[in-house]
Parts: sequence; C-alpha cells; structure tokens
Amino acid sequence: MTIGLEHYLTVAAVLFVIGIFGIFLNRKNVIVILMSIELMLLAVNINLVAFSYYLGDLTGQVFTMFILTVAAAEAAIGLAILVCFFRNRGTIAVEDVNVMKG
Amino acid sequence: MIAADLAIMIPEIILAIFAMAGLLMAVYTTKDGMAPALTFGTAIVLVIVAFYIGVTGEGTRIAFDGMFVDDAFARFAKVTILLSAAAVLVVGQDYMQKNNLLRFEYPMLVVLAVIGMMVMVSAGDLIALYMGLELQSLALYVVAALRRDSVKSTEAGLKYFVLGALSSGLLLYGASLVYGFAGTTGFAGIIDATAGGDVSIGLLLGLVFVTAGLAFKVSAAPFHMWTPDVYEGAPTAITALFATAPKVAAMALFARVVHDAFGNAVGDWQQIVAFLAVFSMFLGSIAAIGQTDIKRLMAYSSIAHMGFALMGLASGTAQGVEAMLIYMAIYVTMNIGAFAFIMTMEKDGRHITTISSLASFSSRQPAKAMALLLLMFSLAGVPPLLGFFGKYAVLWAAIEADMIWLAVAGVIASVIGAYYYLRIVYLMYFGEDREGLDGRMTLAPFVALMAAAIIMLAGIVNLFGIEGLAEAAAQTLVN
Repeated sequence: MTIGLEHYLTVAAVLFVIGIFGIFLNRKNVIVILMSIELMLLAVNINLVAFSYYLGDLTGQVFTMFILTVAAAEAAIGLAILVCFFRNRGTIAVEDVNVMKG
Repeated sequence: MIAADLAIMIPEIILAIFAMAGLLMAVYTTKDGMAPALTFGTAIVLVIVAFYIGVTGEGTRIAFDGMFVDDAFARFAKVTILLSAAAVLVVGQDYMQKNNLLRFEYPMLVVLAVIGMMVMVSAGDLIALYMGLELQSLALYVVAALRRDSVKSTEAGLKYFVLGALSSGLLLYGASLVYGFAGTTGFAGIIDATAGGDVSIGLLLGLVFVTAGLAFKVSAAPFHMWTPDVYEGAPTAITALFATAPKVAAMALFARVVHDAFGNAVGDWQQIVAFLAVFSMFLGSIAAIGQTDIKRLMAYSSIAHMGFALMGLASGTAQGVEAMLIYMAIYVTMNIGAFAFIMTMEKDGRHITTISSLASFSSRQPAKAMALLLLMFSLAGVPPLLGFFGKYAVLWAAIEADMIWLAVAGVIASVIGAYYYLRIVYLMYFGEDREGLDGRMTLAPFVALMAAAIIMLAGIVNLFGIEGLAEAAAQTLVN
C-alpha cells in the first residue's frame, strides 16, 4: 500500500477531532486542555506539511514554522495564567473553574 | 525593494519599536513608577499614529508580495482601532490607578495588541492573518488576567485563553485546508482559484472552519460563550478595551477574508454569516434580559451588536461593508462612553457593577444620568440618536441585497433588545433608592461620557463625515 495524501489528511483530521474532544469532554484537569490545544495545532501542522509536499510548494512548511513558534508562546502564556489561577483558587480541576457561570 | 515594503509598514514598525523601547525603559528605570506617564504617552503615540495613517495614506499599496495590504479599508479600521485604544487607555487610567493595576506592562501589552490588530486588518495572506491574530490574542489573554490576585480576573484570563486557543485551532485547520485546495495562502491566489464561482468541497470546508474561528473572535453566537465571563471577570477598564478595538479588528478581518479571499463565493459564505447574524442578535437580546451585572449585560449587548454588524456583512455588497464600518465606528463610540461610566460606578469607595445600584441615580446626578440615558437610547437604536443610523444602515444594506427576512429579524431583535436598555433608564429615573452610587467621576471618564453622549446627538447632522470615508473604504474592498 502506498501512503498518499489522503492518509495524512485522515490522521490529521483524527488528531484534530481528538484535540477538540479533549477540550470539551475533559472534566479533570486544565493541563489536559493545554495538551489538547497542542494536539490540534500539531494536527494542522501535519495537514500543512502534507499539502506542502504534494503541492510541491514551500509555503506550507513556512506556515508550519510560524505555527510551531506561536504554539510555544501560547503554551507559555497559558501556563503562566494557569499558575496565577492556581495561586488564587488552589486547584486546577476543570470543574472548579466556575466562579462565574457562563 | 525591501525598503519600499518596509515603508508601507511604518506605522506598525513605529509602534513595535515604541513597545520594546517602553518595556526596556521601564525595566531599567523606575518600573511601575513611570506607569502613569507611560500610559498617557502611549495614548498620545497611538493618536499620532492614527493621524499619520489618516493624513498620509492614499491609494492601495501592497507589501511583501501581497502579505500586507495598505488600502482605504485597512486605514479606516486602523484609525478606529488606534483612536479607541487610546481613548480606553486615557479613560481607564484612573480606574487602573485606584485598583493598583497601573503597571507599566499594561500600556505596552495594549500597544502589542494594537499592532496585532493592525496586521490583522492589513493581512493579505493567511500567514499574516494568523500572526496578527495571535499577537492580538496573546496580549489580550494576559491583560484579561492582569489582576493577578483576583480569582475572577485569572479565571477570565484562563477561559479566554482556552476558548481563544480553540478558535485559533479551528481557524488554522480551515487555513490549512484552504492552502491545500487553493494551492496558496495569498488572498489574491485564493480568489483566482475560485474564479468562475466553482468552489471545491475542500475549500468550502476550509471556509467554514475559518469563519467559525473568526466568529469566536468577534464573539458572534453560537461562539460567544467566553464573552460574558471574560467581560465580568476582567478589570472594568480592560473590559472596555475588549468591547472596542478587538471587535473592530476582528470584524474588519472578517470582511477582508470573505471579500478579498472568497469574493467569488459570496453565495456560500452569505448563508453562514446570515445565520451567525440572526443567532447573535436574538441570543444577545434575549439572554441580556435576566442579567443583574452591568458588565455581563454589556457583554450580551456586544453580542447583539456584533449580530447587527454581521448583518451588514451578510448582504455581501459594498454597501453592506460600508454599513458595517459605520456601525462599528458608532458602536465603539457608544461603548467608550458607557464604559467610562461603568468604570466609575462606586459605593463607599468600592467598585460595584450591579444594575440595581443605578436606582434613582438621576435624582443625585442629573447630568450624568442624562448622558447615560442618551447612550442607552442610542445603544437600543431609538430614532433621533446615532445608534439608530447605524442600525438603519445595516438594515438598508440587507434590504437592498434582497434579504428582507434578515432585516425583519433584525428589527424584531432590536425591539426585544430595547427592553434591557430601557430598564436601565427606568431604574435611573423611577427606581427606588436602595444602594445608591456615591462615587465621583474624575475628569477623563467624565469627558468621555459627556463627549460620547454629545456625539450621539450631534452626529446625526452628517455622521461627522465618516459615511464618505466608509464608502471609499468599502469600495476598495469590494470591487
């Protein structure tokens, strides 16, 4: 079997959906949400690199580099906010992020 | 070559250098001691850059092979963003000082967010779009959690971060599909790939994901969940920022993407945007009725207003974009005035935001109550005031585009929405006095409140000429 574009796209789509479900179904821990976000972004990267290879065009890989950089910054800021939250609330369980109902 | 490209980006480069210089200077000198001066100085710099863009900009200039576009549309949005951010900085300064939040990072983060917004509205490529959006979002996540010792503020920051990151993920997934099926990330290339109106299913899927991501950023229903909590939890001066500049930027970006990149697929995105518009208008209007906190109320109010602005966009014409720009400019003015008041709501030296504290406010502060009445009537869209003309413009655009059902839905939603604005006015004038406000307004919020109220009255003469500017801006975007 040759591995074609569709296979990469399928893997990326599955990872992306796992990421989304990880955010919405996870009732345990905010860290897991951060991991899910990372998973979503990496799924996008697989998509972009696969497209880039099959199109014979480098733009997609350049885009991937930008996304990796931004994902790192995003994780740093997310963890920093999470640390502040933990100091105030004493917990990072998802069900305790509920001072405001919305 | 590169010099010519950089020359087009001068306003963004100036602001970026200013932000970095400001941070370094504050770190090496007195740190928070210079925060008040830095905040004020930042506001001045933002206003100067706004004037520079407004006065010197002409024509359409493209930099970095189409990555960055400087046209009348971008300039209109940029001037609105810069002026509203400057106004929020000046108006919010006393609030921040009083609550011990005036750190030097605050104005610098606002500048960074503003640079992100300017890149967003000038984006001519999916990569530029993403970088601008993230610069804006990352800076805003941090300012939402600026009150580090408060559970509410950090929770607001956390919720904003998680849902904002989710929306970025959706947008990126859409961008990757668009890239794959159009073969390019440039808007000019995408519009060529859809020439003739035949849009492949992959591109369509990408368009849907990108639209969903953008709808998160403009807080259009059903992607609005973060808005009320973030508005309530963030310090009020920062809520004022959230309600103004980022909304303009996200809405302008929305218009840029659907027209510049998907201008050949109007029929495809029109339905999505119309659905978002109707859902936002009704949800914003109905859910606001039960609110007891004025910041949450303003959050639902902003969701409803975004619905109206999206209605202009949904008509898919230059007239619709013009109406949307006018609507956003008016919306920002109203919100700066309203938040200038909300920031100074105090009782016994403590900041309170319950709506019931406004009871019989008019008997104690008739002038301020009158100004707030004008703003509330204008937000509701009562005829002689400016807010009505914004609604009129978008409704007319929808009718001209043969979307009469959309216009009818808009009118019904605005009638429902009028209830909660009028309830505030009722409370101020006829409510029973229980926990009256006793705070004093400092100069900047007072001036902002009064100026916004006067603009609502005086603007009806000719809308201060923004109509012509908005029309020119819309013409450059939709051809």
